[in-house]
Amino acid sequence: MDKQYISDADGQRTYIFTPAQLSKIEAVLAEDLLDVGVHSVTLIDMAGNIISTMDNGENKRDLYSLAALAAGNFGAVSTMAGLIGEEEFSLLFHKGKKENIHFSKVTEEFLLITIFGKEVSLGFLRLKVAEATDKLVEILKLGS
Amino acid sequence: MAIINLKKKEVQAKIVYYGPGRGGKTTNLEYIYKKFRSRIQTEMVTIKTHGDRTLFFDFLPIEIGKIKGYDIRIQLYTVPGQVKYESTRRLVLRGVDGIVFVADSLAVRRKENVLSLKSLADNLTSYKKSILEIPLVFQYNKRDLLEEGIPLLPVEWLEKDLNSKLKAPSFEASALKGPNVVQTMKKIIILTIDSLRKDLT
Repeated sequence: MDKQYISDADGQRTYIFTPAQLSKIEAVLAEDLLDVGVHSVTLIDMAGNIISTMDNGENKRDLYSLAALAAGNFGAVSTMAGLIGEEEFSLLFHKGKKENIHFSKVTEEFLLITIFGKEVSLGFLRLKVAEATDKLVEILKLGS
Repeated sequence: MAIINLKKKEVQAKIVYYGPGRGGKTTNLEYIYKKFRSRIQTEMVTIKTHGDRTLFFDFLPIEIGKIKGYDIRIQLYTVPGQVKYESTRRLVLRGVDGIVFVADSLAVRRKENVLSLKSLADNLTSYKKSILEIPLVFQYNKRDLLEEGIPLLPVEWLEKDLNSKLKAPSFEASALKGPNVVQTMKKIIILTIDSLRKDLT
């Protein structure tokens, strides 16, 4: 069974992810982000569904609610950008006392949410997210 | 758009409760949350104004067990009903797989129901989806108010105003008291999963 990613460009209804694709996605999330000290990283679609998630095992979070809110938040900020004449805002980041959250668009349909603490600097995180994003774009392109 | 994860054998689908303001969309989700509390592992998420109106959306994830060997996870959302929140409604509809249209049975709300359905059709079009094709269920809410002598729209009128062309399944319900709330949800889940069935090999 080797079904592939289907584009939503024409109102397509479904994305199908193969085990091979998901394994590659997990490897990128683990090696490029978890290994540098990120607490958790989740790839979601713009509808708020979770594609893949990896964490360091130290926190139990309600990831489904987080994904729904992140997709809504990202959509709202994109609409705001449009209202002030920007195509999009390049940096979406919320800073907390212990945890920070960073959102990054992977493609028009997918979003990467990264949660990290003080031990990782924002600049380094952005660099690693950019590297991971390039790899994810290639994996998501398979079969499209 | 639904996500089918062949590694975990899991399907995620998004169902949105749509309809005019104060029609009972949030009350539907609150009833479901209360009724299935033991099977829902998380809190219901709501983004409300101080006046207790939905500002962005409500969100309730629910696992309904296995179909064809796949774990089915349904994400229930509501939209804000107030007319001014059109752009927010459009955002929530992104990637929707099934819709419950919660119509307000109050006689004075006839026009609002029709306008809300039109906005739903327009918003779906903006995502290249058609109201004629997407899984859809109507719920005629607040039928319990008839007993209190409050003037309600006859169901035949609601059907004629909203459902004469679409011919979707419909339920008379009371989101506050519970009759047909679960049946409405079950019906839209069945229709939505049915529409994905060809992808579940």
